[in-house]
Formats: sequence, C-alpha cells, structure tokens
Amino acid sequence: MIALLARDLRLAIRAGGGFGLGLAFFLILATLVPLGVGPDATLLRPIGPGILWLGALLACLLSLDRIFALDLEDGSLDLLATAPIPLEGVATIKALTHWITTGLPLTVAAPALSLLLFLPTSALPWLVVSLLIGTPALSWLGTFGAALTVGLKRGSLLLSLLVLPLYIPTLVFGAEVVRRGGDGLSVATPLALLAAITLGCVAVLPFATAAALRINLR
Amino acid sequence: MTLTITDLACRRGQITVLRGVSLSVAAGEALVLRGPNGAGKTTLLRTLAGLTPPIAGTVDPDICAYAAHADGLKGQLTVAENLTFWASIFGTADIAPAVAAFDLAPLLHRRAADLSAGQKRRTSLARLPLTGRKVWLLDEPTVSLDAANVALFGRAVAAHLGTGGSAILATHIDLGLPDVRTLDILQFAARHAAPVTDDPFAEALE
Repeated sequence: MIALLARDLRLAIRAGGGFGLGLAFFLILATLVPLGVGPDATLLRPIGPGILWLGALLACLLSLDRIFALDLEDGSLDLLATAPIPLEGVATIKALTHWITTGLPLTVAAPALSLLLFLPTSALPWLVVSLLIGTPALSWLGTFGAALTVGLKRGSLLLSLLVLPLYIPTLVFGAEVVRRGGDGLSVATPLALLAAITLGCVAVLPFATAAALRINLR
Repeated sequence: MTLTITDLACRRGQITVLRGVSLSVAAGEALVLRGPNGAGKTTLLRTLAGLTPPIAGTVDPDICAYAAHADGLKGQLTVAENLTFWASIFGTADIAPAVAAFDLAPLLHRRAADLSAGQKRRTSLARLPLTGRKVWLLDEPTVSLDAANVALFGRAVAAHLGTGGSAILATHIDLGLPDVRTLDILQFAARHAAPVTDDPFAEALE
C-alpha cells in the first residue's frame, strides 16, 4: 500500500501529473474575487471565509475525475483489483494521495491568500485548522464519486453533480469556523461537526468506494 | 497445484455468456482456450481472475495472475519503476529474474511512454513472474510481439510451467510449449443468451 502511495505521488509530480493544478486554480480564484468585487475591506471581509472555502471545494473537484479514470484507461485498475491488497485499501490510498496533492497545498497557501480578502489575522489560525480538518472529507467523498462514475463517458460532469451536494456540510461548517474565529467567538461547535464529517467519511467511504469499483470493473 | 473449475457460469454485462464450464489445469500444464471472437475467452479469464463474479460456481482468484489486453503500464514511469511497483505490491523482492527472462535490461531506464508497442507488451508480461502466483491467465499475450519475442515469451511460460506453475491462455499462436492441451469453449456457450437477473447491491455486499 505504501508502494501504491509512493507510485501515485510520483505520478502526480511527473509531467502531466496534475500536481498543483488545484492549487493554481485556488490562487487564481482568490485573486479574481477582489478584482471583481473591488478591493473594499468592508465588502470582502464578511465574504472572505466563504470565498476561500468555496475555492478549496472547486479546486478539489478539478482533479477528482483523474483518480480512477487514468488507471482504468491503461488497465492498471484491473491489475490492482486482482492484486493481494484489498480494494478498500486502494480506495483509501487514492483518497489520501488526492488530499496530499490537493487539500494539503491549499491549506498551506490559504493564509497568504486570505490577506487579499482582508481576513482579520485572528481568523488565520482557524482558516488553517478548518482546512486541515475539513479537506480530507472532500477528498474521500470525491474518491467515492470518482469510483461511481469511473468508466462512464463524460463522467466528470456527472461526478461534479454527484459530489457537490455532498460537500455542502463541510462548506457550511468550514466557513463557519473561520467566520467565528475571526469574530473572536467560540469555534467549538462547527469545528467538532467538521471533524465528525471528516472522520465519518474516512471510516465509511472506502468500503462504499470499493463496492462501487467492483461493480464498475465487472 | 491443480486448478479445478466445475460447472462455472460466466457473465458479460447483462448476458450469460458461458454455462457449465468445467476445466482443470495441473501443475506444469498449459491450457489453450479456443473459440471464435466473442465466444467468451476473455469473459472466462476475467471471471477466473476474480474481476467478474461468476453467476454459478466458485473461482480462486488468489492463485491466479491475470494479464489483460491492456498493458497496465504508467507512461511517465520508467520500466524499472513500473516493475518495482508491481513487485512490491505482490511482495516480491527482486525484479532481476523477470528482467532477464524478458530481455528488458537495455530498456530499464526508459520511460514506458517512449517504448514501442512490442516493448510495452514485454514489460507488461514481465509482471507475471513478479506476482509469484501459480496460475497465469493470459489474454492474447502475444499481440504486437514479433517472432523472436514470441519465442522469448514461450520460453518464459515454459520456465514457469517447469517450476510447477500452470497457465490458461487465449491465443491463436503456437508458443512451442511442451505440454499443451486445448479446450474449445464453444461447447460451453449459453445457447439462449438470457439476461442476468441483476442485483448490484447484493453483489456489492458479497
């Protein structure tokens, strides 16, 4: 399984691997918003947390359809399914790879971008914490969606439609953590719910993902 | 090690393709599946590999190594990286014997995307000994191989049979193997291709 993680990370950073694609999208989106709305602190400050979380969500979505589609195309998904590692393990590793190549860079880049949106400095630690805790749910949910739509022609649009509604709770609670943190209020409740969603996804979804893959490989 | 299959029924999509398949392969033996296009050779091999659940009968995918039409190589990785990956997935320490058997030493540090079709095929087939599994399921393994490489592959299969392994092949080419039986799978064709009663949820939970 470590071998699979190492291979997928190596593929991601090689030419055409798509590493940094989500990050670049996130950077551009966060830069475009002040340009579009106008560099007005009173306007940007309240919408900042929502914009950053929305950007993270869409950036995650960008690379979802590659998770299994490339392996299906070249036949290695068949071979992985007949390998001695369980398909649930494959699903977990795929989601983890997606998080390391998308969610983690977003988390690291977010504080710098928050300056563009006039986010108060008191919100910055909570922005990082909320992304760190929340983005794994995006990757695990997305991997499940990718498994459902693998092998479908033009499946990536369907994938977005399937996955985006599932992202709503994470978006709501993630942005709420940042907003409350910025206002100096207690963040315990949204943070706990955010963590609960992520833990639930990480625990349950690999099994659903593996089941979806088995049906689609048939 | 003998692989024995009795009364297996296979499906492809919604259609029952084969019914009542019974076969056995002993250690050191190769079984060649014969039948026209569409007879169900690939379906049978995918079922034996555990990719498609059988409608009836049981299979033992854990002793089988499957080589499909697709090569399963990552173009951005070198030949050595591709083989090392599969070796570590299957818990094999050393890729050197497989590299030697398929004459891949000159290609080891080439990206798989830069290989010719035949070289890709050879790299893909070199995965088989790395799996350490006894029964090789080979689906048209010699596609895009030239005569010299077909002979090379024939020797690799013969070596596998010599160490007590066995192979089930769907091929139209004579590999020059010592102990070959053929099986005409047309005899197992499901005459009236009946739709399978489908319950994906039950299958997913299996």
